[in-house]
Amino acid sequence: MRDVAVVSFAQSPHVRREQNRNEVEILMPVVREARERSGIAHDEIDFVCSGSTDYLAGQSFAFVAGLDGIGAWPPVSESHVEMDGAWALYEAWVKIQMGYADTALVYGFGKSSPGDLPEVMALQLDPYVLTPLWPDAVSMAALQARKCLDEGVLTEADMAAVAARDRRHAESNPFAQVKGSADPEALLAEPTLVSPLRKHDCAPISDGAAAVILAADDVARRVCERPAWISGIHHIVEPQDPGLRDLTRSRSTEIAADKAGVGAGTVDVAEIHGPFTHQEILIEKALGLGPDTTVNPSGGALAANPMMTAGLIRIGEAARRIQDGSAGRTVAHATSGPCLQQNLVCVMEGR
Amino acid sequence: MSDESAEGPVEIIQCPVELDYTYTAGQATTRFLRGVGEGKLLGQRCIVCGKIYVASRGACPIHGVPTGPETVEVSDKGTLVSFSIVRIPSENLSVDPPFAAISVLLDGSDSTFMHVLSDCPLEEVRMGMRVEAVWIPKEEWTTSLKNITHFRPLDEPDAPYDSYKEHL
Amino acid sequence: MPDPTQPTETTEALVAPHSLRYTYKRSVGPIMGKFFTALREGRLVGVRRSDGSVMCPPKEYDPETAAALSEMVDLGDSGVVTTWAWVKTPRAKQPLDHAFAYALIQLDGADTPLLHAVDAGSESHMSTGMRVKARWKDERVGHITDIACFEPAEEGA
Repeated sequence: MRDVAVVSFAQSPHVRREQNRNEVEILMPVVREARERSGIAHDEIDFVCSGSTDYLAGQSFAFVAGLDGIGAWPPVSESHVEMDGAWALYEAWVKIQMGYADTALVYGFGKSSPGDLPEVMALQLDPYVLTPLWPDAVSMAALQARKCLDEGVLTEADMAAVAARDRRHAESNPFAQVKGSADPEALLAEPTLVSPLRKHDCAPISDGAAAVILAADDVARRVCERPAWISGIHHIVEPQDPGLRDLTRSRSTEIAADKAGVGAGTVDVAEIHGPFTHQEILIEKALGLGPDTTVNPSGGALAANPMMTAGLIRIGEAARRIQDGSAGRTVAHATSGPCLQQNLVCVMEGR
Repeated sequence: MSDESAEGPVEIIQCPVELDYTYTAGQATTRFLRGVGEGKLLGQRCIVCGKIYVASRGACPIHGVPTGPETVEVSDKGTLVSFSIVRIPSENLSVDPPFAAISVLLDGSDSTFMHVLSDCPLEEVRMGMRVEAVWIPKEEWTTSLKNITHFRPLDEPDAPYDSYKEHL
Repeated sequence: MPDPTQPTETTEALVAPHSLRYTYKRSVGPIMGKFFTALREGRLVGVRRSDGSVMCPPKEYDPETAAALSEMVDLGDSGVVTTWAWVKTPRAKQPLDHAFAYALIQLDGADTPLLHAVDAGSESHMSTGMRVKARWKDERVGHITDIACFEPAEEGA
C-alpha cells in the first residue's frame, strides 16, 4: 500500500439558496483555494474526480460544466461519480494506490435550491414500485426513525440532544448554515414535521461545494507539514429497498469500519455524515466510538448539508484536525442512498 | 378474469418524471442576458489568457478561473465555422427542418456560439461564410436569447480559413 | 484567505422557471411483470426467496444469495404496518391530497414489507402493528398506483 494523505481542503460557505451564483461559480473559488493551500501546481495534479448529480439543479451534464471551473486544458485525466464526493475521493485513492497518479484533486458540489430537494431524492429509489409513489427524503428517513424509536434503539430525547450538540459545535464553524441551538427540551416541544421527525432532526437544504487534494508519499511530505494520512478507507452497500434491511442499525457502516480499522486505535475526532439525527446515532454506534471521541466538531451534516458534498466535507474536516495538530487520529464517514443504504468510512492519522 | 388475461402480461409501465425548478443564471450568464436585453452581445474576458467568451458561464474552461466581471461588447456579425443540416423535427425547436445548425465565431470573440441559419438555400451553407444575427423588433426584447431569431448570410467575401481554423 | 462568510456576488442573477419532463417507460421483466399483472387483476403476489421466505415487492434475484428467483406466491391484500411516517402536507405527486402516512406494510403471507400510503384520517389513528387493507382503484393498468392506498382494517379482517 502507498501512503496517501489529504494535504489540502477547502469549502464554500453553505447557504440555503445561492441565488446569484451558478454551480461553477460556487465551485471555482473553492478549487482555487484548495490548490493554493496545497502548493501543488495545476499541471502537477495527475487525476481529477468529482461527485455531483444533475437532478439537483435540473441541468444536464452539470459535472461537465463543473470542469470549466478547474481548467481542463490541456486535457486532464478525469472521472466523475453520481454520488457524494467522498466516493470520488475513494476512486482517487484507488487510482493513486494503483500507481496511476501521485496527486489528485477531488471535489463535490451541490446546488439543491433550484428544485424541491426532498422530492428530487425520490429518484434514488426503486423506479418501479417506490419512485411512482413519490416518497420524499424526509418521509423515508421518518420511516427509519420510527422503527428505531419503536424498537427502543434510541429516543426522541437522544435525537434532540444530537441536534443541540451539532448546532452548538457549528457556532465555531464559519461555513455552517445552521448554528446555535435551544436546549433539547425546547426542541422537543416543537411540532413534528413528518412525524416522528421534527425540523431539528433534519439537515438543512444547502447549496455549497468542497474540494480536497490527495497526495502520495514524498509529494505529501513535501507540500504538507502534517499530512492526514489515510490509514484505512472502505465503503459497503446494502440493498436499495429499505424493506429488505434492518433499519435499526447500519450493518454496512459496521463492516466498513471494521475493514478500515477504526477500532485499531483511539479516535480523537469523528465526523459523521448523518442527514437526520437518528442516523447520526446509528452511525456513531456502528463506528463503535467511545466517550473520548469528539463527534462532529464542525456541526456535521445537520449544520450544513450540500448534497454530493457533505460526505467529502466530513473527510476534509476530519483531516483538518490532524493538519492543525488538534487530533492524532480521526474518522470520517459518508452516506448515500435512502436510509443509510451505502456508507464509507475513512480513518486518518498524523505521523 | 378471462378478459383481463386476454390483455396479456404487463411488460411495460409508464414512469413519468416531472420536475420543476427555478433556474438561476448565475453572475456571468446574467451579465450576458442583460446585454441581450439591450440588443448587445457581451463577452467576458479570462483574467489569465485574455480570451473573450460569448456567452461565458463564468469560467475560462482552459484556466479554470473566473471571467469578468467587466464585459466587452462583440459584434452580432461573425463567421460560420461549422454547420450541420438538421432534418429531424423537434417540438423544442422554433424552426422547421430542414435547417442549418451553425457554429458562429462572432467578430471580437474567441469562442463560438451555436445558432440557426435561415434566409439562405441549404446548398449554399459553407464554412467561412459571413453571417449576422437577426433580432426581433426592439420593443419585444427581453433578457432572453429569443431576441435573436436566427442568423442570415452577409453580402461579404468568405473569411479565410486561417482566421477561424482554431475554432473548429 | 478570503473571508468565507462574505458573499462574492455583485449583481442579482436572473431567474426563470425550468421544467423537466421525462416520459420514461420501463420494461418490467418476467418477475416484476407478474407482480404488475396481478395488480391489474386486483391481486398481490410475492416471490419465494432462497431461504423459503416470501418477498414482496418481488425481485428477480435474492438480495442475499443472488440466486435467480421464480416461484410466485399469492398474498392477501391486507397486512400489518411495521413502521410509518405521517405526512401533514402532501406534495402534488404523492398518493393522497390530504394528510396520510407512508408506511412499510407486511402483507399477509409475506416476510418483507412493501411501501405504500395509508389513509387513516389522522395521525392518532396510526400505530405500528395496526392492520391495513388495500383500497383498489376501479381502473387498473398494472402499476403500483393501482392500489390507491391502504386503509385501516378491522382487527382480524
